[in-house]
Amino acid sequence: MFSLEGLTNSLQQWLNAHLNPTWVLVVESLIVILLAIALFAVLGLVLVLMERKVAAHMQIRLGPNRVGPQGIFQTSADTLKLIMKEGLTPDGSDKFLFNLAPFIVMIVAMLLLAPIPFARNFQIWDINIGVLFVSAVSSISVIGVLMAGWSSNNKYSLLGAMRSGAQIVSYELSAGLSIISIVVLTGSLRLSEIVASQQDGWWLFKGHIPAIIAFVIFIIAVTAETNRAPFDMAEAESELTAGFHTEYSGMKFALFFLAEYINIFIVCSVGATLFLGGWMPLHIGNWEGFNHIMDYIPSSIWFFGKVFFLIFLIMWFRWTFPRLRIDQLLNLEWKYLLPISMLNLLLITLMAIMGWHF
Amino acid sequence: MYTETQVIRNNTKVTVDGALDGTGEMVINVGPQHPATHGVLHLVITLNGETIQKIEPHLGYIHRSIEKMSESLSYRQFIYVTSRMDYLSSHINNHACAMTVEKGLQLEVPPRAQVIRVLMDELTRVASHELWWGAMAMDLGAFTPFFYAFREREAISDIMEETCGARLTMNYMVPGGVMADLHPNFQRRVKDFIKLFKAKIHEYDELVTGNIIFQNRMKGVGVLSAEDAVSFGCTGPVARASGVKSDIRKLYPYEIYDKLEFDEVTETAGDSFARYMVRMGEMHQSIRIIEQLIDNIPEGDFQAKTKAVLKLPKGEFYTRVETARGELGVYIVSEGGTTPYRIKYRSPGFSNLSALDHMARGSKLGDLMATMGTLDLVIPDIDR
Repeated sequence: MFSLEGLTNSLQQWLNAHLNPTWVLVVESLIVILLAIALFAVLGLVLVLMERKVAAHMQIRLGPNRVGPQGIFQTSADTLKLIMKEGLTPDGSDKFLFNLAPFIVMIVAMLLLAPIPFARNFQIWDINIGVLFVSAVSSISVIGVLMAGWSSNNKYSLLGAMRSGAQIVSYELSAGLSIISIVVLTGSLRLSEIVASQQDGWWLFKGHIPAIIAFVIFIIAVTAETNRAPFDMAEAESELTAGFHTEYSGMKFALFFLAEYINIFIVCSVGATLFLGGWMPLHIGNWEGFNHIMDYIPSSIWFFGKVFFLIFLIMWFRWTFPRLRIDQLLNLEWKYLLPISMLNLLLITLMAIMGWHF
Repeated sequence: MYTETQVIRNNTKVTVDGALDGTGEMVINVGPQHPATHGVLHLVITLNGETIQKIEPHLGYIHRSIEKMSESLSYRQFIYVTSRMDYLSSHINNHACAMTVEKGLQLEVPPRAQVIRVLMDELTRVASHELWWGAMAMDLGAFTPFFYAFREREAISDIMEETCGARLTMNYMVPGGVMADLHPNFQRRVKDFIKLFKAKIHEYDELVTGNIIFQNRMKGVGVLSAEDAVSFGCTGPVARASGVKSDIRKLYPYEIYDKLEFDEVTETAGDSFARYMVRMGEMHQSIRIIEQLIDNIPEGDFQAKTKAVLKLPKGEFYTRVETARGELGVYIVSEGGTTPYRIKYRSPGFSNLSALDHMARGSKLGDLMATMGTLDLVIPDIDR
């Protein structure tokens, strides 16, 4: 059976046989870095195209269909255009911060790739506080957004950045609480162990209704955290033209754009790992035959299938709902989602202590 | 990071330390190029945080002096310019002008032409409201409704194209009737459109009207009381949402409107949601009117016999019609020549815009989009 695990193991053995341990580490790091960058580029292209195709489908139109078959090279052409464009820095801006901001947003997105288990035993860094790492690092991106908004010396950017700040800081809470509820059930912060604990069923199904509530809150919160419609206050095209990246163009804009899609990918993979069993195939109780067939599908396919399902869900939101107002957005979090997720966490804790889950 | 800027406060230029001065106010320019203004409207907005303190509309970016131009055009020619005023109600604009000239000439319009005119007016009204619906939803951040709206609007545009030869600036109404007879396909295609409309209208409600986010964005936002609506001179759906009965088709019936059965849609709340519901209701009423007429188009002339060169007698003539946006008044002063001495249009958009500052004060910046969206502003109509 095909698996990425075998690939990494044989590579490790080959390197160990030919090089000394220090060089093995260096070569492996380089490979990982290159892989991460390649994944970034490919994901950016695929997700942007997917968004446009999903949007087109929902809006009764065709979407990009001129560049390449079914328009699959459209995003590549767009990227080429953005690379060729002159990188403008406005006159009145704080040039250092203005140029730094896109990189901060990008680096944060890259760091978040580290602890995600992509397939069986295929993970860059199996850190023992994986969940904590994800929540902590993902909050840094708001600094990049605030920096971009403030340094642009544009009032629209400033408004967008302030909105984004208030929004991300608020929604971090309920996203964190729903993540913790799975940690309570699993008893571990290590993402590989969380996946392993879902051998006999995903937490979404094993954890009764509280797990479903946690999942729904998680999806709402991460939609807000990634500044996606209906929570796209920071960009709010019809209100703030483009929000915090109004003044950006060329590759600097592309970095923001790419980081948005990578962030979606990452929050969806965290969601898939915590609630939908990560790379774990779908297993149903004692149905031996069914479980056996499911095991034949490679684990990486399972992982990407679940992640892309969640991404589709988030895209679906964007093309269906109108945007909330900033005060309604904060009301939703502080008056509804936060109390519900706190209560839900209590329920889940009780469930975990009493052993009521499957 | 903000450099010193000059702002105009109480009609004097003052230099403030950055965008934020002692009052905590920030002045932003929405427009003339902005996604939400749907044209070249320029709003100077004073913000306190996200709360709107004051809105100052600056007009004139698309002023083409249509009224002055009309003074050098003959009574047949000046009608065509008015298609470019409120380009979404171009039939109704033409209609108003043609009616004013007919009033001056004391010309009797044949019954067939009257029915054709009313049919075209109502089709235009539906098309205009469709476009408003999509554009308003887009202002609120929902993109998909725009495409849904255009799907149905396209059918109307096709009907117009067949009969009038144009899709946007039709120039179909002439003094004495309409320019050409209906296309043989007209009746069939209108019936097809009614079928399509009735099959699809529930999608509008499912996608937007019933949406909880949408209702929260609309209800209680941009409230205009009935007294204010009257004192600002608001007309059309904006006034009717505040409970003011202002439908010219009911109050001062023209053509055959007094023989038709339709309701004047009114609401009492006066907020953005009420304006939304009024327009949605008007679409249904317009379809009702079209259904009554489409099988009963009388035979006969589509145009009354007129002289080649029209000359209005000395005097002043005024007509009012109900466009998709409200009351359009056409005022012609004639010296007895072949061209008008003076023309003045009372456009609905201008008066409706004047209420914007009053409605939006104290609300959030996001609310402005809901308020402005439901005012249904067409900028060339305001500037002329």
